[in-house]
Amino acid sequence: MTSDKSKLGFILLLAPLLIWLITLIVLPHVGMFLVSLREKTGIREYETSFANYAVFFNEPLYWNTFARTAYMSIAATALTLLIGFPVAYYIAKLTRGRTKTTLFLMCLIPFWVSELVRTFGWMILLRETGVLSSFLQYLGVVSGPVEFLYNDAAIMTGLVYTSMLFMVVPLVTTLDSLDDSLIEAGYDLGGTNWSILREIIIPHAMPGIVSGCIVVFMLSLGNYLTPILLGGKDSLWFTGLIYNQFITRFNWELGSAFGFLLLGLSSLIVFLALKLSGQSLGKTMGR
Amino acid sequence: MITTIPQSAPFKWSYRLYVTLFFLYLALPLVTVCVFAFNDSVFPSLPWDGFTWDWFFGTEAPRIGVFHERPILRAIVTSGVVAFWVSGLSVIVGTCNAFLFVRHDFAGKNFLYILMLLPLIIPGIILGISILVFSSSIANALEEATGLWFDGLRPGLLLVILGQFSFITTFATLVISARLQKFDTSLEEAALNLGATKWGAIRQVTLPFLFPAMLAAAVVAVLMSFENFNTTLMLVGSDAPLTVTMFDRLKLGSTPVLNAVSLLLIIVSALLGLLSLVLKR
Repeated sequence: MTSDKSKLGFILLLAPLLIWLITLIVLPHVGMFLVSLREKTGIREYETSFANYAVFFNEPLYWNTFARTAYMSIAATALTLLIGFPVAYYIAKLTRGRTKTTLFLMCLIPFWVSELVRTFGWMILLRETGVLSSFLQYLGVVSGPVEFLYNDAAIMTGLVYTSMLFMVVPLVTTLDSLDDSLIEAGYDLGGTNWSILREIIIPHAMPGIVSGCIVVFMLSLGNYLTPILLGGKDSLWFTGLIYNQFITRFNWELGSAFGFLLLGLSSLIVFLALKLSGQSLGKTMGR
Repeated sequence: MITTIPQSAPFKWSYRLYVTLFFLYLALPLVTVCVFAFNDSVFPSLPWDGFTWDWFFGTEAPRIGVFHERPILRAIVTSGVVAFWVSGLSVIVGTCNAFLFVRHDFAGKNFLYILMLLPLIIPGIILGISILVFSSSIANALEEATGLWFDGLRPGLLLVILGQFSFITTFATLVISARLQKFDTSLEEAALNLGATKWGAIRQVTLPFLFPAMLAAAVVAVLMSFENFNTTLMLVGSDAPLTVTMFDRLKLGSTPVLNAVSLLLIIVSALLGLLSLVLKR
């Protein structure tokens, strides 16, 4: 098998992968890191330093936004898991045949639709002249129009909605593979609903929980549309700051530093999640 | 909590109610967007002023429908061109990757596999800016060295295509690998026994087997390319694809023509999504 011909075949297969990963993933990130270490000292004059990172740590607006983005994303992930788990369990364990397929498809359809359209839907629902406000007035609960848009709760609603499918789909897949007889055995041995959930179902669903949480967290952290469109004037998101540095201020050095900090944060949290749950990236994501 | 173990009736009903509410929550924004595409008012909001087709077929300002709105039609064409290239390229590279990872063992395979998965966990906006920074620095270096212009490396369609390709290829690789793993290699051996060349066996036996997965990957790539926003936003030049055009309109506040576009998008993406599922089976 190690003839020259099959070696040539191997190299021909390896080439596209390497070209793709090196020119579009590895080198751009190395390049971005180098740019983030550049300090502008004059027109077209640069020095290598950590000045851009210092700017980040010395300006409370920047690191406050960074921290806010992080904890809001963690909260959105937790909320998505809490809301999505019972639904995934229902689809995987309590329905069969055609009902199961239908429910699963109903979960998938919103995911196929552009995030922009989904966010637009929430804007129409939540705005002052929107559906929810008019409905409440019609019921007589409130007397005048109410603005539900432009606050953190609206951002949270949008984030959870946008990422729900990435949680439900892996959960349904892992819960599906749990044999019902294990749950029955748990009941036979005197387990309660709660102890069976804790000791049988959740441990079995762990790979699904981890991969769902990683994707949801990353999507929330890197989200740009939802915070911009649903959030208010002072509900900043870190991706918004990156966009401003790059496109509005044209300060690529600082923007690159911000980008690297965001990348570092997301890698760190993904790494911690994998370590804490004893999973590996290849096992949870490569399915 | 399985069907063979009886639960109390209140528990069962409250569980069902919860699941019903969940699906209402899922459907609500999409249904709202669709319904307001038919509202006879210049704003996509209440009050309801009656039913109209104007936002699809209207020709007079301010009631210009989708099918007569030039900038939106142009954006759809742009998105189509981008999706075509992204999908073609990512399926070709994805197929090569699948053969590489399923059929070959080599030093550093695990490392490359993890590297291949990384685009899944890099935020889209970061992929966008890193490619923007990198291509601009190449363009600067080339321009300084040669004195020529390298506009292709400045924000524009080429960069949008490369940016989307950079992460959609991972999805294509995963979809195609999954099917290649199910392939029975004895079929290929049989072809070789019958006198086929190595390449002939792959072309006439393996690739036809892989074809549904390749088509599914292409459909998924078109879907993801059409709806991508974050990476595209950082790399876009003067001709904006549909999502970026819609975003600009949305920020300014727009007529329900956006609802009409959204309705069409929902229908097309649902159909494409179903197609990809049928193909992947």
